[in-house]
Amino acid sequence: MPNMTIVEALRQGLKEEMRKDRDVFLIGENIGLFGGSFQVTKGLIDEFGPQRVRETPVSETAIIGAAVGAALAGLRPVAEIMYMDFITCCMDQVVNQAAKIRFLSGGKLKVPIVIRTALGANTHGAHHAQCLEAWFMHTPGLKIVFPCTPYEAKGLLKAAIRDDNPVIFLEHKLLYGRKISHFPEDKSFGRIKDLYNVPEEDYLVPIGKADIKREGQDVTLIATGLMLHHCLFAAEKLDEEGIQAEVIDLRSLVPLDKETIIDSVKKTGKMVVVSEDHLTAGVTAEVASIIYEEAFDFLDAPVERVAALDIPVPFSPVAEDYTIPNSKRIYQRVKKFFQRS
Amino acid sequence: MSRLQAGKEAISEDKILKMYSSMYKIRLFEEKLYLMFLAGEVPGTIHQYDGQEAIAVGVCENLSPDDPVTSTHRGHGHCIAKGVPLDKIMAEILGKRTGCSKGMGGTMHIYYPEKGFFGTTGIVGSGVPVAVGLALGIKYKNEKKVVVSFFGEGAINQGAVHEAINLASIWDLPVVFVCENNRYAVSTPIEEVSKITRLSERAKSYGIPAETVDGNNVIEVYFTCKKAVERARNGFGPAFLECVTYRYKGHSRSDPGIYRAKEELNSWLKKDPILRLKKYIMEEDIAKEEDIKKIEEKVGEQINQAIEFARKSPVPDPDEMAGYLFA
Repeated sequence: MPNMTIVEALRQGLKEEMRKDRDVFLIGENIGLFGGSFQVTKGLIDEFGPQRVRETPVSETAIIGAAVGAALAGLRPVAEIMYMDFITCCMDQVVNQAAKIRFLSGGKLKVPIVIRTALGANTHGAHHAQCLEAWFMHTPGLKIVFPCTPYEAKGLLKAAIRDDNPVIFLEHKLLYGRKISHFPEDKSFGRIKDLYNVPEEDYLVPIGKADIKREGQDVTLIATGLMLHHCLFAAEKLDEEGIQAEVIDLRSLVPLDKETIIDSVKKTGKMVVVSEDHLTAGVTAEVASIIYEEAFDFLDAPVERVAALDIPVPFSPVAEDYTIPNSKRIYQRVKKFFQRS
Repeated sequence: MSRLQAGKEAISEDKILKMYSSMYKIRLFEEKLYLMFLAGEVPGTIHQYDGQEAIAVGVCENLSPDDPVTSTHRGHGHCIAKGVPLDKIMAEILGKRTGCSKGMGGTMHIYYPEKGFFGTTGIVGSGVPVAVGLALGIKYKNEKKVVVSFFGEGAINQGAVHEAINLASIWDLPVVFVCENNRYAVSTPIEEVSKITRLSERAKSYGIPAETVDGNNVIEVYFTCKKAVERARNGFGPAFLECVTYRYKGHSRSDPGIYRAKEELNSWLKKDPILRLKKYIMEEDIAKEEDIKKIEEKVGEQINQAIEFARKSPVPDPDEMAGYLFA
């Protein structure tokens, strides 16, 4: 089983689904010959042609509108919005059309589209950095997935394409090209390294199921995407001090796997929720609320939330680093629990 | 009525009478709905189509039930012309479980895919990109269908409409854009929002055929749209049809229409599309006054039945709502 990057795994997932189902097609900016801004669709136009790898004008609203309409006509479009920041240009089509058409038709219509988009800060400034997933968690009718390994990227993408609902598929820019060699030999990384190996065959990763990337009984770290990787590095450092952290990868934000979260509260009683989106009314706020509402009696201490500062993501590398959570800050927040007692 | 006569050779008398029936149906539906609104029977608001009937009917007479349509916030006329059952429309407007959308949508979210009806919408211009997507799907599957997207002149300055028409143009998609220019976006007249007030001129800049017609002349609408629909059906791409018209009522039920002079309304009432067609039918001896009366009585019965159905229908069961969200 070869190890891969997320870019390669996504490409393989797209290729398999397009070979399997002629109704699957791609639509987005620069996705043809150029292969997309992050090279995910590179080479696909050679195999599938311009009818199935449809390169569009710079028109995000038309991209999503076209995807929604084509889905209503019976197809399964996979749209690419180059940067998640650009999804602000097509919010009406995402929020008022894609998300609502099924409900507003009394459950009669279905809108099986996937919106792939790249998110996360990587020193490009505030218009190429935002993690806007909380907005879409706040929009009933959308599913949201956010893989952090190649195995899950391929399996979740294939599941998203086969899902009969609109799915927002999040891809972190700093994880696209990350290789298995990024991770040390230490025990915290066993599971994630396994998930860098991708079978070249058909398999699905179920939407709505979290994954425990590291078992532990002293404290729980919950995250997705790049932050999940940071949590594992923090967990390894905690391990050196004898603190065993459990690291939960939510993988899907909608539907959210509450059961895995609650089980872990019962196990460790100490919860740290980490996300790259902003603190206020963000992913961490929702997860913390669920913990308080459904497992308050099992908590040893208040939930710790680690998220981006409530400022636009600044450009200067030092300023950006100060704004976005990293493994050191996650580690420090975990330590608060143990200094308190 | 010379323009009406221009189409005489190519249109059957039955079709003309059917169009009269449809237009009258829309008018009477809106009039009865208005009375129900005044009586407090209608939750929320309604956007009435009175005065614009020739457009919905003239356009939809060119379509089969399989041809998809997207509509606007002022969409009852489009629903009726496309053949959505009256009882299901009325039940939806009253928020009943038996409505097109089980009461989840209301007047601005009526979907009826069984007749190719892909939605009234509450966001101006938002149906147009969806229509282009439906057309993309048709072309992708090599089907012979044509999409019609209705929108008002108020939508013409929405970015979504610009993006969508451009996409349809470059990909030669089978969609006809029907702009119902009733002169006012709520209260703002077209002259204040566009230097070019003949909107077909603007549409030509997308490199597609575009025409302006008298939107109160159903036969002119029918024939001009027929050309566009046949062109699209044969794979030659989109077209744009501007239909100049006037809405008799305010924008919604909270709008008394203070921005329009009474004389303006009166001048348009003289050009009423239904009275014009009725006059034509009698002048051309297609039907006699009593035959027309019979058509009107039949329509009246259908609408009364729809109202009765909607009134007697149950309200939605809140326990079922969550089940409508995901497939």
